[in-house]
Amino acid sequence: MQPWNDERVEQVISVLLRTGVLLSAVVVLAGGVCFLSQHANAPAGYHDFRAALDSYRSIRGVLRSAGSLDCRAIIQLGLLLLIATPVARVGFSLVAFWLERDRKYVALTLVVLAVLVFSLIGPH
Amino acid sequence: MTNLEFTPLVFAISTAAGCLGALTGLGGGVVVTPALTLLLGVDIRYAIGASLVSVIATSSGAAAAFVREGYSNIRIGMFLEVATTLGALLGAFLATRTPTSILAVIFGVVLLHSAWMSSRGRPRDVAGQTPDALAERFKLNGAYPAEHGLEHYRVVRVKTGLGLMFGAGTLSGLLGIGSGALKVIAMDQAMRIPFKVSTTTSNFMIGVTAAASAGIYLSRGYIEPALTMPVMLGVLAGSLIGARQLVSARVGVLRWIFAGVVAVMAVEMIVSGLRGSG
Repeated sequence: MQPWNDERVEQVISVLLRTGVLLSAVVVLAGGVCFLSQHANAPAGYHDFRAALDSYRSIRGVLRSAGSLDCRAIIQLGLLLLIATPVARVGFSLVAFWLERDRKYVALTLVVLAVLVFSLIGPH
Repeated sequence: MTNLEFTPLVFAISTAAGCLGALTGLGGGVVVTPALTLLLGVDIRYAIGASLVSVIATSSGAAAAFVREGYSNIRIGMFLEVATTLGALLGAFLATRTPTSILAVIFGVVLLHSAWMSSRGRPRDVAGQTPDALAERFKLNGAYPAEHGLEHYRVVRVKTGLGLMFGAGTLSGLLGIGSGALKVIAMDQAMRIPFKVSTTTSNFMIGVTAAASAGIYLSRGYIEPALTMPVMLGVLAGSLIGARQLVSARVGVLRWIFAGVVAVMAVEMIVSGLRGSG
């Protein structure tokens, strides 16, 4: 097996980012077509801020609503995939630095990952 | 306006913003948010939510190409992301407590500053700089493909860079931008990292920085799916077009595009913010 070095890590990160973005774009586009086909002539206005519905504001809510084929939740699911892409990249970097036995970078990467996880599922 | 008219319009604006964002290392958010608020009257909280999500797309889409071509330095990226993500958390919490008119003014001031800094250029001569101990310890020095083979560079003033990156992260979370401008300033001007390495590593870092505030934005309801959909898709398409141009574009030209567009947007944001609070 090819040893883990920075070049190989860069190759994998490149594929990971591309896949995550592409997947997310496809899901967002599908949700968007679905949304426009149902609400083409509804007025669009985002002048006044009303926080999005609860079902679009948490990972659990989005998953549940997307499961029942709510178009806007499908868009939101795609956006969650997009947000997860850099998180996955950091997760992969953690494994890669571990395999390279680079303790300093394992520690740095763990801090970054902890911040990301806190933002996504932490109490706030 | 109906959804069928609004969505393509937002998509077109976002495509242009994404293209410019990738060209300059700025991220599309910096252009998308003023465009949505100034041209279409969108509430700034929806605009920064859509913008924040779409800069993740810009960053990741363009970064995939740059990482493979060897311009980005993933160690510098990860090292500095410790500072940017912590800053981003702070910024996102501040965003939910700051009046929108003040957000608009801060947005404008940040943009003006970026434009001014980037148009000044920087001294070319980097010889005689004292080597930085942190840069050695964290293996930040690197090389990138230039015209005549690999060009090596040494990183200096790492602590200053970390401080600026924390600030860049805070602004990213506060304003829903990638804060690419400040990241480029921190790397290019403070740490003396070559401009192309700075812009592409900045691009690479933007996604992680933005993801650190995205969770908080989501739970506060800033991410409105129907609005974010055309913004994200447009910025992504634009960033792919822009990334293709970067390798061939001249650095001097980039700086001027960067400075000009940003300055105009900045003044408009400040005016709109002051009007809103008056």
